[in-house]
Amino acid sequence: MADHMTIDNIPVEIGSERNILELIRKAGIELPTFCYYTELSIHGACRMCLVENERGGLEAACSEPPRPGHKVWTNTERLRKYRKNILELLLANHNRDCTVCNKSGDCRLQALALRFGIRNVRYINTSYTPDPDESSASISIDRSKCILCGDCIRVCNEIQNVGAIDFAFRGSGMKVQTAFGVPVAESPCVGCGQCSAVCPTGAISVKNSIEAVWNDLLDRDTFVSVQIAPAVRVAIGRQMGLEDGTNSLGLIAASLKRMGFGKVFDTTLGADLTVEEESREFLRHMERPHKLPLFTSCCPAWINFAEKRHPDLLPNISTCKSPMQMFGALVKESYRKNGKRHVHVAVMPCTAKKHEAIRPQFSRGGVPYVDHVLSTQELIRMIQQSGQQFDRLEPEAVDTPYGIVTGAGVIFGVTGGVTEAVLRALSPDGSNATISEMAMAGERGMQGLKEFEVGYKGATVRIAVVSGLGNAGRLVDDIKAGRKAFDFVEVMACPGGCVSGAGQPYVPMGVKEARAKGLYSVDKLLSYKRSSDNPLLEGLYEGILKGREHELLHVSYLPEEGA
Amino acid sequence: MLKSRQELKDLREKCERAAKDEVRKILVCSGTGCVASGATDVYDRFKGLLAQLKIPCSVSFIEDGHGVGLKRSGCQALCEKGVLVRVEPEGYLYTKVGVDDCESIVRETIEQGRHVERLAYRDNLGGLCKRVDDIPFFKKQLRLVLENCGNIDAESFLEYLSVGGYSSFEKALFDMEPQAVIEEIAESRLRGRGGGGFPTGTKWRQVARQDLFPKYVVCNGDEGDPGAFMDCSIMEGDPHRMLEGMLIAGRAVGASEGYIYVRAEYPLAVRRLRKAIADLEANGLSGEDILGSGFSFRFRLNRGAGAFVCGEGSALTASIEGKRGFPRVKPPRTVEHGLFDKPTVLNNVETFANVTVIIGRGADFYKKIGTESSPGTKAFSITGNIENTGLIEVPLGMTLKEVIYDVGGGMKGGKRFKAVQIGGPSGACLTEAHFDLPLDFDSLAKAGAMIGSGGLVVADEDTCLVELARFFMNFTQRESCGKCVPCREGTKRMLMILERIVSGNGRPTDLDNLLDLAGTIKATALCGLGKTAPSPVISTITNFREEYLAHIMDKRCPAHSCEKLKKYYIEPELCKGCSKCQKLCPSNAISGKVKETYSIDQFVCSRCGACVPGCKFMAIKEAW
Repeated sequence: MADHMTIDNIPVEIGSERNILELIRKAGIELPTFCYYTELSIHGACRMCLVENERGGLEAACSEPPRPGHKVWTNTERLRKYRKNILELLLANHNRDCTVCNKSGDCRLQALALRFGIRNVRYINTSYTPDPDESSASISIDRSKCILCGDCIRVCNEIQNVGAIDFAFRGSGMKVQTAFGVPVAESPCVGCGQCSAVCPTGAISVKNSIEAVWNDLLDRDTFVSVQIAPAVRVAIGRQMGLEDGTNSLGLIAASLKRMGFGKVFDTTLGADLTVEEESREFLRHMERPHKLPLFTSCCPAWINFAEKRHPDLLPNISTCKSPMQMFGALVKESYRKNGKRHVHVAVMPCTAKKHEAIRPQFSRGGVPYVDHVLSTQELIRMIQQSGQQFDRLEPEAVDTPYGIVTGAGVIFGVTGGVTEAVLRALSPDGSNATISEMAMAGERGMQGLKEFEVGYKGATVRIAVVSGLGNAGRLVDDIKAGRKAFDFVEVMACPGGCVSGAGQPYVPMGVKEARAKGLYSVDKLLSYKRSSDNPLLEGLYEGILKGREHELLHVSYLPEEGA
Repeated sequence: MLKSRQELKDLREKCERAAKDEVRKILVCSGTGCVASGATDVYDRFKGLLAQLKIPCSVSFIEDGHGVGLKRSGCQALCEKGVLVRVEPEGYLYTKVGVDDCESIVRETIEQGRHVERLAYRDNLGGLCKRVDDIPFFKKQLRLVLENCGNIDAESFLEYLSVGGYSSFEKALFDMEPQAVIEEIAESRLRGRGGGGFPTGTKWRQVARQDLFPKYVVCNGDEGDPGAFMDCSIMEGDPHRMLEGMLIAGRAVGASEGYIYVRAEYPLAVRRLRKAIADLEANGLSGEDILGSGFSFRFRLNRGAGAFVCGEGSALTASIEGKRGFPRVKPPRTVEHGLFDKPTVLNNVETFANVTVIIGRGADFYKKIGTESSPGTKAFSITGNIENTGLIEVPLGMTLKEVIYDVGGGMKGGKRFKAVQIGGPSGACLTEAHFDLPLDFDSLAKAGAMIGSGGLVVADEDTCLVELARFFMNFTQRESCGKCVPCREGTKRMLMILERIVSGNGRPTDLDNLLDLAGTIKATALCGLGKTAPSPVISTITNFREEYLAHIMDKRCPAHSCEKLKKYYIEPELCKGCSKCQKLCPSNAISGKVKETYSIDQFVCSRCGACVPGCKFMAIKEAW
């Protein structure tokens, strides 16, 4: 018989749970926590997950391993009192402008205060006067809402290994801050936004462009177009009453058109262009003798990381623009002579894209190719603001002339997708058998680092697919030290790729996998699997891109050339 | 460089002989207190004088083993009376010795063996105490851990050898199996002297039985309680005894590295430990293959950067690792995942010093001292409104009354005893009702207090216990690491309430709120320091509730101590209406008409007292 623990008088079988907290959640009890994430180290600081044992002692469920025969209670009189007191203490030191907070409705402190019925705070409010750090294009940090749970610090240090923030000072003077308190934009921060994804309150939030987009949309003299990134379509379902991983591109397109967007496009075409350019670049790379691999360039947080941490690698990073910027340049060029002021919006799963959009490399004559970047969460808010009932919309197709996309472009949204798309481009034929075979090469799956080899024209191509900047940093160190060698390395800053982007609604790892699965089913349903099979490309290369491939599709991040 | 057991024995014998050959010893107390009072100058003056008078003097002791030994000793325990100088073999103790007094000591005592009466210690009745043994303060003490402290040169490895130094380690290394060493410690029932009182033998067993290597021995010398200086005195006065204990621990559990974490505020301790470690390395008692036994052990010294929380085990190991001094959640415990995630023996300074005693004299000897469940002695630092302040060592189980009256000499200035705070900011306040309480781990725990590291702060009738509670809460609040919510936010709120109460703004709900917060923090805080942070408040409310109520309800401080509750008023019969007080008042609280009676508006008055000296007619009075 399997081992059991008793939780609230009910026997629960012990499986592979690392701690009592996981077991309690398995038993269907939502134990409150602020500082517990399965992906992060155990911090044990919020004390909300305390449970009472048989001897009347209290144990932190997050750090206590399950023991057979052990009995705990999760909702005793004492525990209720202590949890309420802890919440009250946090609220007393929290800027309670909840109604106007960016995270309102999505804040764990708010939710738990509601759940535990906190109706009165006995102590005067001692939170900081709000003075948010708005220096970053991706996130804003408002100390007055910080509850010092340390989740942001752990994700930044443990998962991303960026180390932009840490605790400074002690006791009630403790703060989360950058080294020496410099503005976050001047810190090693790369804008990946994972800190904002785990932040339980509004202390770290994604920069918001909703108002700016509405202003342009409602301006009669402005033509507004929009592109939707692959990973967005599988991530909004949950909050819209659909199943996790459902492809809702049709609904999104319908919704955006109703809001007043003149043209609704799919970024996937940009991804197809990226594949074309990147596979050519890769072939040239393979022809030259090389010590270092070709690194992908789609992920803006990775670019920032390389610039700040490994500037010596910049010459080895693909010169391809990201799909968003390729597509942005294409759209802006297409409508250049349309007469109206043209604003192009991108809906992205990403916070770093907000920074990418304002980089001077991606503009012509001071006008950016992409004017506003909306995160998936902002898209959801805009849908809500417009009053549309999302699940009652009639799905619509994206607009011409860029309405045809391939499966290769769609799977960009998950780790390994770029690699698989490039492999397809290099494959001798686009038959289903070849494509299925390619899917087995080793690039699929949510693990942080995948290393494998494929044969190409008699040669062996060594490939690494890495996601999560912590994993990427370690891989780069190994490559630099000569411990590992590759020909091609795909890097995505967020663990699992864009489906886990910080612009997406935060979900546990299992749901992220459902999103990835969703993208692979979209791929299955598309007729064209290889980017090169996209019938639009020939027209583009012969038309608008002719002679301007370098200008419109490539970029340099090298200091002497860049701004 | 000693290469074998025999070589160590030979050297020790040589040192013992040399020590016996000394005709006279001058022990200049060089503990932190006396150094602050000028001990270094006194020492240099003696050195100069002895040279001038061509009195053979053996500062370097071994080369010239006779004549007068001039020594920098560890703390001689009457810090208030420093600089202390003791002359052996007579045992004369001289207090408050200045540079100018050295000559008379040399002329009288050294040259002629005569006592210098004007420098002698006098007890509180004015009685002359020529010798240390005559002083009541020492009579009831039992100096086991501190036996060398103050009696040998604290900076000399050879002096330590001359009193049998490193014979316990020698025994553990050559005559005992590691397991037997652990069993001896377990048999002695030694309990950790750092506060928790965890059985040391059990801890060592848990470390020894793990297969993870390397293992570490860590010594906690981060004594941060206000008013505690026991570990400081051991590190400064007899560093080798503690190092010897660490070597024994290393041998017992199979560790080859020992880390000592000392607070940077103890520069003298750091210097003496560094010297002691260097001496051990030079003499082959630390390093590879010690005395040819195959056992290797190295010491490393880390200085703490002044955080109280780094006295907590997991915060201390984090600090050594170069991380932020945060305690971490347990399990896993330090014995399993301690320093660098390896099995770690973490004990404090006094515990390691006890280990040396136990292995040297045996568990049976040790068990006879103290009580059944808390054997041995405990060092306390006794401070506050008491006659004899300083470092004491008494058998565990001595009653509170004995400690305060027999050892401490009773209350200063004949005041009434009110309370004693035991165990520092984590401890509790005990009253007269606890006079017969034996000071041992279990009895104190039952009374809601703890030995802590051993600080005793004695309060007399003039001490306001609400203010005392505020003082300790202020300390823990400032020293909270900030990690867990109850300690970080809860102590802040408790302090705010206490500050409100002592400044006369207490509210009727304050006591309930204080107890509610205290209960939550005690039950839910992450580490021991947080869990015990509310203890001073809980115990003072339990024992002195009326005093709190007087502050809150009547805005009155019964001990006449809280300045903000003092009231000034003008006696109408004495006031001549000169208006001087009105001009002096910075708060515009005084009003009236010239040649009539002036009065003070209590709501405006800031209680600064500026008006009082200005009144020629003594008309402004204080009221409590």
